[in-house]
Amino acid sequence: MSLKSLDPRITREELPDVPDNTPLKDIHHWNTFEVFHQSKTGGHHIHVGSLHAPNAEMALILAKEQYARRYNCVNLWVVKTSDILASKKEDEEIFETTPEKLYREASGYKVMEKINKFKNERKKG
Amino acid sequence: MYGGGYIFEESKNGHKEEIDPVKLERFESKIAAGEKIEPADWMPFEYRRQLIRMIEQHAHSEIIGALPEGTWITRAPGFRRKLALMAKVQDEVGHAQLLYSAAETLGKPREVMINDLISGKSKYSNVFNYPAVTWADTAIIAWLIDAGAIINQVANSKGSYGPYCRALERICIEESFHLKYGHDNVVFLATGTPVQRKMVQEALNRWWPPIMHFFGPSDKISVHTETLMKWKVKMASNDDMRQKFLDMYVPKIWELGLTIPDPKLKKNDETGKWEYTEPDWEEFKRVINGDGPCNKERLAVRRRAEEKGEWVRRALMKDKEKYTVPLS
Repeated sequence: MSLKSLDPRITREELPDVPDNTPLKDIHHWNTFEVFHQSKTGGHHIHVGSLHAPNAEMALILAKEQYARRYNCVNLWVVKTSDILASKKEDEEIFETTPEKLYREASGYKVMEKINKFKNERKKG
Repeated sequence: MYGGGYIFEESKNGHKEEIDPVKLERFESKIAAGEKIEPADWMPFEYRRQLIRMIEQHAHSEIIGALPEGTWITRAPGFRRKLALMAKVQDEVGHAQLLYSAAETLGKPREVMINDLISGKSKYSNVFNYPAVTWADTAIIAWLIDAGAIINQVANSKGSYGPYCRALERICIEESFHLKYGHDNVVFLATGTPVQRKMVQEALNRWWPPIMHFFGPSDKISVHTETLMKWKVKMASNDDMRQKFLDMYVPKIWELGLTIPDPKLKKNDETGKWEYTEPDWEEFKRVINGDGPCNKERLAVRRRAEEKGEWVRRALMKDKEKYTVPLS
């Protein structure tokens, strides 16, 4: 006996009326791609997530459906996940340096005091 | 939509995880400080196991949840509603994709998850084992089930696992459209002709018990639950979420002159808590274990779709390609 549904289209499928617990045939995955989204011209492309696709072209089509079906988007990138080289979590200390980095920053350079002192001395002189 | 009423598993008896106390300390203090855990971070086995289970259940619920509403696309009353319903159903399937990706980062491949769903090994939200009998059922689902899901998902989006939180933030934005769309449909029927009012009232009567089941039974107070809460896997108790839902939506249902089919339902002014007839948890258990009105149909439809699409997936498969776990 086949399954009777409220939806006639499902009834027409003649699905079995008994639960089927057999696992699916083994099928490998499509590969994964990472998706980058630019919401307006001039902005950065920002990572928004990943998806499965058989190739880059399909990944781009699916990325549009998945990550750009509403709101602003002007451009999308897809990159094969396996092509991304990320720094290792256990190497996190490579980002730890001396907290004293004022020599790299604009705020580390203050000259007004010296200039004013110099100007005052010249006036007096 | 649709994350709600997760069934967390008690730790397997006898499974004692050897945990490095230094690593555990660092992990827990990170979470306590509100930092997120990312896929490559160290995490206890139990944290990983419970998260996979929860995110996977959530993903399955999205994909199965698309079915009761999806059957109404061809019969939607009017072009605008048809467009809106298609958009909603597409969103739900998209949410499943986002959630499967998040679960994959924890190490369970997507094909294995889909296999576990179809062969009946994994669970999904119990509400989708009930049928959408009329158009009004889709309106009640889109409004109230999605409302319940939002309460759950907003809580979970403040959890500790980075990829899940990011997926949920995206999902919640789309859910707000579903909720408004559903409310709009219910209001249209409730303020319409007597036939339309009757239709929406009957749908509410059918859906009220599943809605009360939605957040799951009261949590047992156990060390297990406490650990999951400390690790920010579980963010609020099932009862608290149910109370929050009643607080927000019962007045909105009543203002439309609709009746909620529970004579005991009222807010206790002293305690500030809602009182209600205890949901039938025996039925909940029976349905979640396979004996509901639509369990067979849902899984059979999903299996047929998977089998019908297999040749396409196979045709596009490149043998040399090796699957990579998504980055985040």
